[in-house]
Formats: sequence, C-alpha cells, structure tokens
Amino acid sequence: MIRDAVLPVIRAPESALLLDLQGWDRLIREARASNLGARIAEDLAGVTTADRLPAEVRPHLLGARRLAQRQQVATLAEVERVRAALADGGIRLVLLKGAAYLAAGLPVSRGRVFGDIDLLVSRAQLVEAESMLLKHGWISTHHDEYDQRYYREWMHELPPLHHVARESTLDLHHNILPSTARHPPDPALLLADAVETRAPGVFVLAPADMVLHSACHLFHEGELDNGLRDLVDLDGLLRHFGKDAAFWNRLDTRAEALHLEQPLRYALRMCELLLATPFPAALLAGRRAWPADLRERLLEQLYLRGLRPNHRLAGDRWTPPARWLLYVRGHWLRMPPHLLTAHLVRKAWRRWTGLEFRSEERDEAEVLKTKPRSEDRGLA
Amino acid sequence: MTQTLRVGDLSRDELRHRLHGAGLSLRSGPLVFEIRSREPEIAENLPRLYADTPLGNAAFADFHVEVRRARGLRGWLKPQVEFLIDDRSPFQPLPRPQSFAMLEWGMNWCVANHCHQYLVIHAAVIERKGFAAILPAPPGSGKSTLCAALIHAGWRLCSDELTVLDPADGTVVALARPVSLKNASIEVIGAFAPQALFGSEVPDTKKGRVSHLKPPTDSVENVGTRAKPRWVIFPQWQAGAALEIGAQPKSHAFIQLAENAFNYSMLGETGFELLGRVIDASDCLSLRYSRLDEAIAWFNCLADEAAR
Repeated sequence: MIRDAVLPVIRAPESALLLDLQGWDRLIREARASNLGARIAEDLAGVTTADRLPAEVRPHLLGARRLAQRQQVATLAEVERVRAALADGGIRLVLLKGAAYLAAGLPVSRGRVFGDIDLLVSRAQLVEAESMLLKHGWISTHHDEYDQRYYREWMHELPPLHHVARESTLDLHHNILPSTARHPPDPALLLADAVETRAPGVFVLAPADMVLHSACHLFHEGELDNGLRDLVDLDGLLRHFGKDAAFWNRLDTRAEALHLEQPLRYALRMCELLLATPFPAALLAGRRAWPADLRERLLEQLYLRGLRPNHRLAGDRWTPPARWLLYVRGHWLRMPPHLLTAHLVRKAWRRWTGLEFRSEERDEAEVLKTKPRSEDRGLA
Repeated sequence: MTQTLRVGDLSRDELRHRLHGAGLSLRSGPLVFEIRSREPEIAENLPRLYADTPLGNAAFADFHVEVRRARGLRGWLKPQVEFLIDDRSPFQPLPRPQSFAMLEWGMNWCVANHCHQYLVIHAAVIERKGFAAILPAPPGSGKSTLCAALIHAGWRLCSDELTVLDPADGTVVALARPVSLKNASIEVIGAFAPQALFGSEVPDTKKGRVSHLKPPTDSVENVGTRAKPRWVIFPQWQAGAALEIGAQPKSHAFIQLAENAFNYSMLGETGFELLGRVIDASDCLSLRYSRLDEAIAWFNCLADEAAR
C-alpha cells in the first residue's frame, strides 16, 4: 500500500475527525511538505468547529490559514503592480497557475499558497516585458552564465525575476512547454483566447486552456515537490468548469489544437484514480481504456507514487525509484539526449562538490532572519 | 497524576538512544520539539542545558528537527552540519563544532517562521511579579548579557531571543530555553552568577566565541505561567557610562516592535491590535548602563513599583 495522510483528507475532510494524535502529526507534516496545509485547514473550517479538533492541532491549522490569507492579499496587490509595469510597455498581463486561479476567483484558490507569480507573454514581447519589469524593480536571480543560457536557450521561461524590495518572484513565460520539447504548442492560440478577470487589465487563460496548461505542466515536470498540490488544482478546475457541459467538448478540441491530448489523458486518469474526479465517458482523451499499453501501465505506477506528499513518511518502497524515473522523464521531455546528459552531470557535480553552498558562514541573527521557502512566507 | 519526566531523568544511554532513533521529544512552553541527531556535541549539551525541561508526548510534535553531517565533497575537507526541519534544510550548513548552537538557532527559526498562532518578536523577555519586560535590541547592545544577569537575580526567563505574544489575551508566552552568550559576556556572567551552568564553548563562530547558559530551574518549572507586558525597554551597554534612563515615545516603541517582529504583517489587523495593547500597557524606556549591579537594582525598583 502507498502510505499518504493527505489525500484521504482532501477527498473527505470530515475523515480527519477520526484521526488520533499520531495521525494528525503525520497529516500536518505531509500537508506542510505538499503545500496543502492551508487548503486542508480551510476545508476543515467548512465541516467542523475548532473545539472538535485536538488542542495540539489547532495552532497549526490557524497558522496555515493566516499564512494563506496573507499571501492571497499580497499576491493580488502584487498582480496589480505587475499589470501596471507591463502596461507601461503596452503589454497585456496574462496570469498562469495559482495567481490566475486567485485572480479569477476560482474555488480552487481556497487555501492556495504561492511560491511565485507566473505570467505568459508572446515571444515577440519577451524582451520588452523583461525590461519593463526590470524598470519596476524585478531583477534576474540567476547570475551564473550557464543558468542564464539554460533558461534562455532551452526553456519556455526566463530565469525567475525577483523584486528588489518586496521579494516577490515572477516567472515570465513565453510558452507553456520548453522550446526543445518535441511538439511545443503555439502560445499565440492561448494568448488570443485569454479572458479578462474582475480586475480590469488582468487576464487568465480560457477554461479549457487553463486545464490543459495545468495538465501539461504537471505531466512534463520532473520535480514533483508540488505534484500532489497540482493534481488537487486540476481536480478543482475540472469539477468547477465541468459543471458547464459545453466545457468538455471545448477541452477535446483545444487539446488537439495544442497537441496536448496526452497530458490531458494522464491528468484525467490520475485525477480519477486519486481524487475520483468525474468526467464524461465520451471525452476523446479519456475514451480509450486505461491503461492502454505497457507504457501507460508503467506511468500509472510511477505517478501513483510521484503524486503524493514528498515526505519521508509517505509512499512505499518503490517511491524513491519512481520519483527518480519521473525526474529523468521530466528532463527527457524537455531536452534532447546530448543536452540532457551534460545538464544532469553538471547539476550532480555542483551538488556533490557543495558549490551550491559557497556563500558565507552565518551567525545567530542571520540564521534567525533567513527567509523560509516562498510558499511559507508572507510577501512584504 | 504521574510525575512529569524531564530530560535530566533520562540515562545517558536512553538519551542517546532517542536522539539516534525515533527522536528526543521535549516541551518548551506550549511547543513540542522532536530532536534527532548523532552529533556528540548535541548529546553532550542537551542533558546539561535542558535537564529541567519536560519530555514531550511521543505521538505529536510541533517541529521535527534534526542536525546531521552535511553530505558532499566539502564534508571531507571540513566537516559541516546541517539543520533540518522535517527533512528540509532552511539554511546553509555550519562547521561541525557549532552543531549544538545550530540546533538552538534552528529551533528559534522554527518558532519565528512557523508559529503564526502568535506574534513573534526578536526581543528578550523576562518576568517578575507577573509583569513582563520586553527588551528589543540589535545584536551588540548587551541584551542577552543583561537578560542572563537578571534571571540570576530574581527575574524569570521567558526567552532571551523570541518574545512570543498570544493575540487571544495579549500575554507573553514563555519558552524558557537556553540563553546564548558571546565572547566576554560568557566570563561576565560566569563571574556574576557562579551557580550558572554553561554548555560547551564554541571557539570560532562568525561572531566569535559562543556558549549557551542553562535556564534557571524555576524559569523552566513556571514556563506555563503567562506574564502581562508592562515595560518595553531598549538597553544599550556602554563602557564606563553612568546609568541613564530615558523615556521613549510610544509611537517609536510600537514601530520598533513591529519592525523586530517576524510575522507582524502576517497577522494583519490582529497584529496591529495586539501591539497596540502591549504598548498601551507598557512604560517605554531606554536604558544606558555599564555596570550590571546598577542595572539590576533599577530593574528591581521597576518591579517593586509595578507590584505596589
């Protein structure tokens, strides 16, 4: 059996009320590792009151909700600043992923925490967008020449941009798959159909495109630290948009137009397996029996393990090799073999020699002031 | 009721067994830390400095932390240790002799960055007769030295580094963990309080020598007693200076506390109201001193007046 304390509670929040203290200890740790603590806290607030929860647990749920609420306020404020910065260069803001769900007011944004804000511009506007953002204080974080080249030549996004004062991070995309991928979709199609949110000038992808991007991101990604969270996003999007029957047809058509039938198929099947997400039987991407062949059978076994909390307590004995294979697969999909080999060797060497930790030794006060990873931090 | 088991009740072997295996669970005020480590420095210092600290419940811990040897090539040339919270390392490794200090700093980091049920401020806090004095001060101001002296002169240690405030009732939540002292302060406190118990000294951290001081037994035993904020005092040690007290504008004290808080903005309106209550209830003062006995006499006068 694949151990996992988080999924059962995402599926049925009230099941948490049956946990003993040790069960709560595991749930809180695995949820924190998956960036789903605030989501679970919000879900629980909907089905129970604090006095029915153990006293040890309440502060963690309260803290997680405070963090997420603070991040959401800060993220919306930051989105407005990004909009204004891009508007300076006549560029339209199109948000992707978490910030898009929040700006569009989708139910999936409840308890959603953020590491960064993702946005999509056309390749033609990329240079202008970068310089407008630079003008407003967002600077490139990777100063290493190799890293710059890695992103600029092979990836579909620039190295993360960091705001000098407020410490927000932007991922500026010009496509949703790397330029080196076998069939990169045409981003012009996505941009043309983007829809405006309640906030004037802030756009998000159209419903079907939003799902397809979420699916293609998750099933091309090799580092699945947020894999379970991203699957929960997909489940929430499908359930929400799926209430409109016309959505499903559109999803099929768009998947074909964007060459994203395969990631959509994986997304539907993994959502169904792990979160019992409903979808119509007539859907093209889901019609063929699953798993159709040996490849899909293997992928299912890998993703059943990869899309779990990335925590020592979760998984089974096959989890470490499964995560490793998914990591290699993620890179395989984004780079041709010769680039991939060189890239992985380089990364391993840097990690092993400790070159990643070359910065100076710290003292007490500096350690204390070290910022937590961005998902655990309230933006300034 | 069964008697509370304390870290000092464990045999050396039992302590080591827990540290190497499932973890040593200890209770610091309302928080439970589960600590794992194979580092001898930690097995050496924990039972000395946490002897009076109660053991935690094995089923649930707020923080699961570990200090272990850092991997990689550098580890062979110059051994380093890393601090992990739930297997993730929030900051860079430190040289191996600093492993116990790193555990302490890492535990502080956990409280500062994860305890959003409270407002957490970078400041020492001590209590006498139910009233708390909050001492926010930059490094080098002699805050920890003053705090260490006061807790050996009748004041109770809440924390030398983290002032934890509960928004529910505006009180100070004590942690009663070891006090970190640097360089000459180690000898100053050794001479001032010969009964004080120190952990092993780390010779060369970035800021010089560091040693941790065991919290007084009664501070640990009364850790659950909440204290009411009554003073916000900005201390400044200066060689040869005569004792000098100044009034601080409340607005200035408010801003100082907010700036020194780790999660002030996280708490939003709750944080603003809480700090307002603290400042309203507190005398806000600056203190310049050179002699500990003079400063302590002044602190004791404050407590006597407040209790009257």
